[in-house]
Amino acid sequence: MAANPMTQFEVYRIGPEIKINQIDISFTNASLFMIISALSILLIFNLGSSKKNIIPTKIQLLAELSYSFISKMISDTAGNKGKPYFNLIFSLFMFVLFCNMFGMLPYSFTVTSHIIVTFFLAALIFIGVTVIGFIKHGFGYLKLFVPSGVPLVLLPLIVVIEIISYLSRPISLSVRLFANMMAGHTMMKVFGSFVISLGIVGGWLPLSFSVALTGLEILVAFLQAYVFAILTCIYLNDALNLHH
Amino acid sequence: MLKKIIFFNLLFSTFITQISKSAESGGMPQLNPEFWISQIFWLIISFGVLFIVLSKFILPKIRDNIELRKSEILDNIETAEKQKTEAENTLKNYDELIRKSKNEAKNYFNDARKKIIEDIEKKKQTLDKEINIEISKAEAEVAELVKKAPEKIQKIAIETSSDLIRQLIGEEVNNSSISAIVDDLYKKNKGRYYGN
Repeated sequence: MAANPMTQFEVYRIGPEIKINQIDISFTNASLFMIISALSILLIFNLGSSKKNIIPTKIQLLAELSYSFISKMISDTAGNKGKPYFNLIFSLFMFVLFCNMFGMLPYSFTVTSHIIVTFFLAALIFIGVTVIGFIKHGFGYLKLFVPSGVPLVLLPLIVVIEIISYLSRPISLSVRLFANMMAGHTMMKVFGSFVISLGIVGGWLPLSFSVALTGLEILVAFLQAYVFAILTCIYLNDALNLHH
Repeated sequence: MLKKIIFFNLLFSTFITQISKSAESGGMPQLNPEFWISQIFWLIISFGVLFIVLSKFILPKIRDNIELRKSEILDNIETAEKQKTEAENTLKNYDELIRKSKNEAKNYFNDARKKIIEDIEKKKQTLDKEINIEISKAEAEVAELVKKAPEKIQKIAIETSSDLIRQLIGEEVNNSSISAIVDDLYKKNKGRYYGN
């Protein structure tokens, strides 16, 4: 049997062990790809924004199209009130997208395939949105859990369900991204190992599957970044405009 | 949502246990907490730097670029519209000018024609007058000549007759008798030579 498809998700130390007060913060392959992603985003968007041409260059067009894409997404879901959070959502989307896309390179490491990373991001969003909600509406934000037009008998049940659904937001947000990434990469690895084990005779079928999966995974990489960003926008919308 | 999570967990636990039967460690490396803190630490650093640099330096520039382009395009459209109306006005003026000059040219032509016709008429009249005068003068002369002609003819006739007679008979004849004869003849044949 071929190599374990889960070994691609293993985190290992690069360089010396760094410890602060018994806490291990060593530089790992995950850290490396986080930094590569962040630096590539900065490089591309710096190149895309340094020239001020009226007729944009290709890289400038890329930067400006991404800008208007996120901008439109925010104004569609959260309205004008969501505009101050543009920078955060843009950074989130780009970071998740680039981490996903870098994961598609062979022998690379997929940062977003780790639950701790996605959960940290999701928790950040969850806490941030909750804080914004309480700042904007005070204790009135708790009305979020009390939908209007519900019969009084059902109300306790509905409130409990609403609270559970609200609290499960960071979990669903993080697990969605992490599971998609992990499943896709595992599948690709499995089909890749089938190619090796079936050899020149039978390996063509899993190879074609692998090629198709690569296309699908690139789509998923974009889609999951988009879903991550748009769900952030929707949560933000709940906090900014109390609809219930 | 919870259903989904349970579904995923079930799916992956079966999937993974099937696949990694032969693996030494087994399970998911994601659930190994050895590097969790490290990952969070580096995530904070990389994402923090990304967020700060993007929001402080890069995104405002892109926003400015887009706004600049928008305003420039609006400006260009405005000036284009202005120039269009200007061009239209100029065209209108030009057309008006051409129409006016055409009318003027027509007027000039008409005036010139009228003048020339008048001139011709005047000259014709004066010419006619002169011709008439000439004609009347000539007529008068002719009339005088006509009046004087018989006398001269008589004289010539008398002289010729006396010469002839002298040659024929070699004798002087009285002029008065010849003139009497000539007169008589002339009176007789007057109607034949000068009949009007």
